[in-house]
Amino acid sequence: MLLIDCPCCGLRPETEFRCGGQAHVARPATPADVTDKDWSEYLFVRENPRGVHAERWIHQHGCGRWFNALRDTVSDRFVETYPMGGDPKSTTTETRL
Amino acid sequence: MAQHFRLPAGGRVDRSKPVSFTFNGSKIEGYRGDTLASALLANGVHFVGRSFKYHRPRGIISHGSDEPSALLSVSRGPGRTDPNNRASVVELREGLVTTSQNHWPSLNFDVGAVNDLFSPVFVAGFYYKTFMWPRSFWDKVYEPFIRAAAGLGVAPTEPDADRYANRHAHCDVLVVGMGPTGLAAALAASETGKRVIAVDEQSEPGGSLLHASDETIDGKPAADWLKETLAQLDARENVILLPRTTVFGYYNHNHVAMTERVTDHVIDPKGAPRERLWQVRAGHVVIAAGSLERPLVFADNDRPGVLLAESVRAFVNRYGVLPGRKIVFATSGASAYQAAIDAKAAGADVTVSDLRLEAGCGPELAKARAAGVEVLTAHTVIGTVGHKRVKGLIVAPVMGSGTIGPRRTLECDCVGMSGGWTPTVHLFSQSRGKLAYDEALDAFIPGTSAQAETTVGAARGDYNLAACLASGYAAGSKAAGGSAEWRFETSATLVGFQPVRVMPTDANPAKVRAFIDFQNDVTAKDIKLAVREGFQSIEHVKRYTTTGMATDQGKTSNMNALGVVAGQLDKPLPSVGTTTFRPPYTPTTFGALVGPARDALFDPIRTTPIHDWAVEHGAKFEPVSLWRRAWYFPKPGEDMHAAVARECKAVRDGVGVFDGSTLGKIEVVGPDAAEFMNRMYVNPWLKLEPGRCRYGLMLKEDGYILDDGVVARVAPDRFHVTTTTGGAARVLNHMEDYLQTEWPDLDVFLTSITEEWAVIAVQGPKARETIEPLVSDIDLSPEAFPHMAMREGRICGAPTRLFRVSFTGELGFEINVPADYGRAVWEAIYDSGKKFGITPYGTETMHVLRAEKGYIIVGQETDGTVTPDDVGLAGMIAKAKVDFVGKRSLGRPDLVASGRKQLVGLFADDPSLVLEEGAQIVADPNQPIPMKMLGHVTSSYDSPNVGRSIALAVVADGRARMGQTLFVTTPGGFARASVVDPVFFDAKGERINA
Repeated sequence: MLLIDCPCCGLRPETEFRCGGQAHVARPATPADVTDKDWSEYLFVRENPRGVHAERWIHQHGCGRWFNALRDTVSDRFVETYPMGGDPKSTTTETRL
Repeated sequence: MAQHFRLPAGGRVDRSKPVSFTFNGSKIEGYRGDTLASALLANGVHFVGRSFKYHRPRGIISHGSDEPSALLSVSRGPGRTDPNNRASVVELREGLVTTSQNHWPSLNFDVGAVNDLFSPVFVAGFYYKTFMWPRSFWDKVYEPFIRAAAGLGVAPTEPDADRYANRHAHCDVLVVGMGPTGLAAALAASETGKRVIAVDEQSEPGGSLLHASDETIDGKPAADWLKETLAQLDARENVILLPRTTVFGYYNHNHVAMTERVTDHVIDPKGAPRERLWQVRAGHVVIAAGSLERPLVFADNDRPGVLLAESVRAFVNRYGVLPGRKIVFATSGASAYQAAIDAKAAGADVTVSDLRLEAGCGPELAKARAAGVEVLTAHTVIGTVGHKRVKGLIVAPVMGSGTIGPRRTLECDCVGMSGGWTPTVHLFSQSRGKLAYDEALDAFIPGTSAQAETTVGAARGDYNLAACLASGYAAGSKAAGGSAEWRFETSATLVGFQPVRVMPTDANPAKVRAFIDFQNDVTAKDIKLAVREGFQSIEHVKRYTTTGMATDQGKTSNMNALGVVAGQLDKPLPSVGTTTFRPPYTPTTFGALVGPARDALFDPIRTTPIHDWAVEHGAKFEPVSLWRRAWYFPKPGEDMHAAVARECKAVRDGVGVFDGSTLGKIEVVGPDAAEFMNRMYVNPWLKLEPGRCRYGLMLKEDGYILDDGVVARVAPDRFHVTTTTGGAARVLNHMEDYLQTEWPDLDVFLTSITEEWAVIAVQGPKARETIEPLVSDIDLSPEAFPHMAMREGRICGAPTRLFRVSFTGELGFEINVPADYGRAVWEAIYDSGKKFGITPYGTETMHVLRAEKGYIIVGQETDGTVTPDDVGLAGMIAKAKVDFVGKRSLGRPDLVASGRKQLVGLFADDPSLVLEEGAQIVADPNQPIPMKMLGHVTSSYDSPNVGRSIALAVVADGRARMGQTLFVTTPGGFARASVVDPVFFDAKGERINA
């Protein structure tokens, strides 16, 4: 079970959280202007990297807040967590293990 | 049976406390401190079970949790029976009833043993090759046959009478294994004051020190050092010592799962649980799990009486039991010599047969000879004599040229075999650490750690006592943030072995049955055959032959199997790799995993404030997500059909009352509430006046329907949103997601108010008259309070949000009152309605009534691929809105294409036929298979108000098919049905506005 550092609550066990998939996929401001192809990319196409991945998480059974996290998909190590709307401090893409 | 094989003195058993138990009905005595295995051996019982596949006689092989063969069914009383207990692990307790497994009619005479004679046909992959055709035999003939013939013990049939607990804990250092290495680590780690938990799977800590003989540590006998060390650890406040505790799983971020066997060994648990599941989050884990001895692979190496050499030593020294009077130790390494010396000292007649050349042996040779042990060097083992008990070991010299010399049978009643040692890397591997192959050790050892973990001692291939203690101490200190070291003075340890895969033999290899995996009955021949048939990956060989796949996960067998595969492929062993180690390390009871989560605590059950009233009035209930909802209220003698028919008529003819409290409710509040609602729902909200309601339809971003429900605007900045019962949490999450992540600038907050309000639906022509006497402050007249209005006021003096809404098509009210008033208001309404024949109705009637009106239920008419237009609700969409969640997707090419499934009604030609929900619909039942399926039935009922059966369905281009005849699958073939409008009752909708 992962140990996740909620920006509001600190280290808490994974069962209190829910992962919301890739982070920094902004909803287009004016969807009507988006082509069918771009819209389908926005809806369905996501990264699936081997290594560090920016993800959305929500502390569902805690403070209820969404936040972002950099997680290494190979080692499951959390590089950092940071508030929704913010940018990560770390620029690492190295993969451990 | 007296304990003829118990030594007159010695061992850690308590001879003042005799314990009796039964084995296959015979009463047997042992002592407190015995395991089942040691007590059986003390009484000369080696033959304790039949093997999995060939039903061969099997005995006790090991003294630890790696035991593959001696599996017994153990009963501690009614509801306290379980199969497949390893005799070497179960602690003796008065009154245990134990039985051997996998034989019929008896252990001694077993019909299934005929399999052994047919072993030439039971080769690797036998089942895959044999039970193929005809296909019709798969379920009815082959599977029952295979299940009956193979298998281990029988699962218990009674409910488990025991209680299981669970506990979460945190520590700075978790030490796994309390042998010398682990104890040294725990000592060092706890010096610093850090929180230390040390665990060991055995009944007492000590590991190999528990069966030490002449070993000394810091000038003291090992047993004394052990006692002092444990006392020292026990006195430290920051240390928790957990014997009888197995770490079975090592998960992410140092989350470690373990089971503590709390009371199996005591007669009166005094209310304590049987087992406790620990989930520990450790700062650092020190794995000091020791190592496992390898059996030697030779013909008939599975005969009862053939044990691991170190296990013979453990039975002699720890339990004071001599497993045989004439013991031959067959070995390719040094450690067995110590076992031989100890057995000799205990009075056995001992011979050592060593595969190694005399020059390849170390100081152990001189030590054994000095102790009077006869040693044959450069000798291989050809096989054994004896069937239900070993009677002799056939050995032969290996000549310089590699040829086998003349055979010779060493008469014996016990064999101690040792093919070297395998570090216990299971937990390290589970932690996702990378294994490295060490050629000198002939073993995989921990390489790169993936977590905050250190593996030390024999678990990383260090077999020397002094080195284990020193490295354990250093690792423990480091794990706690220190850097302390300690030099331990110990006696010399006999270490070193020559790796051997299969013992050299002059016998015909096709006839040799040399077991590698004792529990799954896999021989060296089977593995060689698998490689010959083209299986090259160890993962494939494992699955094809089932080697290492038994409940012991190949603890004793893995390295031998890998070695045979590597030899056969002529590849170096590391390039063959190793199979994956997965939790649990040893079998874990379901009870421990389930803990208290059983019966009523299995899953939480939600009930409404009116639940008890429904129970008192005979309601039948159905589960809806976690809720228990009143399903229907049968009167005496009524079945479900009769009750639902009566309830349906009563609502349309008079008045019915329904508990709608489970409805999801969310309060959306804030200056931007209307704007937020506008973005979340397809409907327009900005101009909805306070006091008015609107049916809201919510889409996912992909354009498909997510949920629906009536929404009231309570105030300009306040909406009372209702959702489906099952969708409440989903809708709130969906709203929160957008609010927090897409539009954090909106000043809105969301609160779940599902539990705050009880909802009482009063429906039917007499609904107004029923509630009128109870309501104050609200004018209920149709002019003042029209359909789709909401008023705040009082009912029975309680505050209410009174909705005039209807999910039945009748004049109706949904009365929201604070949950605590729910039952009182319900009862008042029930009393008030009695003069109109008020009828409580359940979810089934609610479903029928709404289907009569063609109202959809999200999740029944929709399945996550249905758009508003598909169910005829395109009119709900606010055309003027530029954007809302899902709007852009409604323009996706396949959402506007023709041929989409649309909601229609269906009338079966036979009005008494209730079609099956989920049944497929085709245009032509005579078309070739696979047929083109047009859609399926989503809802289907017998409707007393329509006077016939009705169904809702989604059908390709359904609205263009009005009047067409289609065909619907039924268990008896196709039924004809015609496509009709989905509104079956009061199509003009006049009743709702009454």
